[in-house]
Amino acid sequence: MIERIIVYTLVSGGVYALLAVGFSLIFGVARIINLAHTAFYMMAAYLILTFASSLGLPLVLSVILSIAAVTIIGVFSYKLVIDPVRGRETTILIVTIALAIIIQEAMVMGYGGGFRGVPSLISGYTKILGTKVLYQQILTFGVVLLILLGTWALLMKTRLGTAIRSTAQDREVANLMGINVARTGMITMAISVALAAVAGALVAPLQVLGPHMWMHPLVMILAVVVLGGLGSIKGSLLGAFILGFAETMVVVLVPTGAHLKGAVALAIMLVVILIRPEGLFGVSFEEER
Amino acid sequence: MSIIFSYASRAYKGFRGEVLVLPSRTIALLFCLILLLLPLVMSNPYYLRILIMASIFAIFAASWDLLSGFTGQISFGHALFFGVAAYTSALLNLNIGLPPWLTIPLGALAAVVAGLVVGVPCLRLRGTYLALATLAFPLILSGVVFVIPDITGGELGVSGIDRLFSSRVIEYYIAVVLMIGLGFVMWKITDSKTGIIFHAIREDEVAARASGINTTRYKLLAFCLSGFFAGIAGGLYVHFMRIAGPSTLELLLSFQVIIWVIFGGVATIYGPIAGAFILVLLMEFLTIAPEIRMLLFAIMVMLVLLFMPEGLITWVRDKTEKICPRCKLRNIATRKTCRVCTADLD
Repeated sequence: MIERIIVYTLVSGGVYALLAVGFSLIFGVARIINLAHTAFYMMAAYLILTFASSLGLPLVLSVILSIAAVTIIGVFSYKLVIDPVRGRETTILIVTIALAIIIQEAMVMGYGGGFRGVPSLISGYTKILGTKVLYQQILTFGVVLLILLGTWALLMKTRLGTAIRSTAQDREVANLMGINVARTGMITMAISVALAAVAGALVAPLQVLGPHMWMHPLVMILAVVVLGGLGSIKGSLLGAFILGFAETMVVVLVPTGAHLKGAVALAIMLVVILIRPEGLFGVSFEEER
Repeated sequence: MSIIFSYASRAYKGFRGEVLVLPSRTIALLFCLILLLLPLVMSNPYYLRILIMASIFAIFAASWDLLSGFTGQISFGHALFFGVAAYTSALLNLNIGLPPWLTIPLGALAAVVAGLVVGVPCLRLRGTYLALATLAFPLILSGVVFVIPDITGGELGVSGIDRLFSSRVIEYYIAVVLMIGLGFVMWKITDSKTGIIFHAIREDEVAARASGINTTRYKLLAFCLSGFFAGIAGGLYVHFMRIAGPSTLELLLSFQVIIWVIFGGVATIYGPIAGAFILVLLMEFLTIAPEIRMLLFAIMVMLVLLFMPEGLITWVRDKTEKICPRCKLRNIATRKTCRVCTADLD
């Protein structure tokens, strides 16, 4: 029981972490609440189907191609529809919801409204301490760790990372220091969408694909980023694992848990922000009135 | 006789000076008249049904605008008020047998309580945190609904509720008259001193507090008022559809109300009403192509917002009307001078 909870926590927490870090990045840099974030995640999962089944490409290649394709689509949609309304908080919400619905409907048209499955990259399982662990789960967790480390190194050790962090801290001053703020925003969007696409490609074999699969993760990552503090990468990571753990506990321990998993995660988020209104590691944007 | 005549002529002058001078007010008046006179010429129950739904959602959209558009407390979970009122009305009607004219106000009161439950903890939060915290409430409640199916009917919802009225035309009049009446009340609230304070809280809460305004009280007031109007919409919906299901608490409903408001034009009250009518009718019209209905809907909403980021109705209003630089009154765009203070309009 406990081993199973740990395995599932690590996998779902890892996936939420990837999604939430991407969401946090673009919120920090451009103050965009991208409600279409998990729609890109869904799109990556579905595109693997196209490349692998319809075009007959090898699975690894189709995973890479689908991540690349989703990233390009993400950057284009940022340039075409999100960036023009940047700065109008509520309009961004609607534009990104509309984008998510468009992606959802495109998936329904392309793949039908029913459930689909994707084959695993590595099939089979091993037993760790008597618990069945799929190789795909180990692969997912390993890739999540690698990518998160990579993102951390990118943000902390490179010039681009410094540019991203300074734009997130103060857009105007970053601009005055000679940082191309618009380009930084676009690159951040690319990174953010790529992270979502990687997450989608990783979980595709672990769950069934349906055109509404973006809803639940969206609610979860909104809870995660608020729990951890908006714009804080460290907070997103911690929040993702806390809520991943809570979700797994509810599903495993409570008989009607599947209905309650979102509710419990959101209740935890509420309790935390009522005690600490800026989340666990949030910076309060007091001066941004 | 001459007294009656003089009153009538004064009323007509006031009407001409206040309503007919502005295209937006004339259009609003025409819209209300058409809605009220429509059943006389057309009694197709299907069309009436669509218009009833549009009226209910218009009340709901305007209530979101009252809270989020005016006070700036962006609510991602407005379905909470709708759903709480829907379930309260449904359960009261089904279990105690109260008639609709009692269950709808009681449902609205339950929504006011829900407004307080959300509003009090959310006083400490602002901006995005507030939006995302409000998102949690309806989803938590819908989790609870699924866990206690004995009371709430679980996924199937509560059904077998009384009709609003036995005839469709009367139902139509109840919905439309309530929509026009409540819309007018909300517009009057936002036009009053309270409305100005709501504006001030959105623009700069610290400055509002520094001016001696008890912002806590006004924010709670906004939550309660908005919950009340959304609750009436929820109660009407439940007695019209005769089922209260978990769809009334769905994420999609919370998002949809924001779509209607932003599409029409935020912080106007008439914008959301127009937005709800246009988009509900558009959705029904698009049933001619059911496969691509949602796609077309989303694309259309997106295009309108890209070209008119302030919303459709606000865009039209700003094209047809000018604000007088001296007395801040609205004038039709074709005038050279202000209709009241005769200042030059540029």
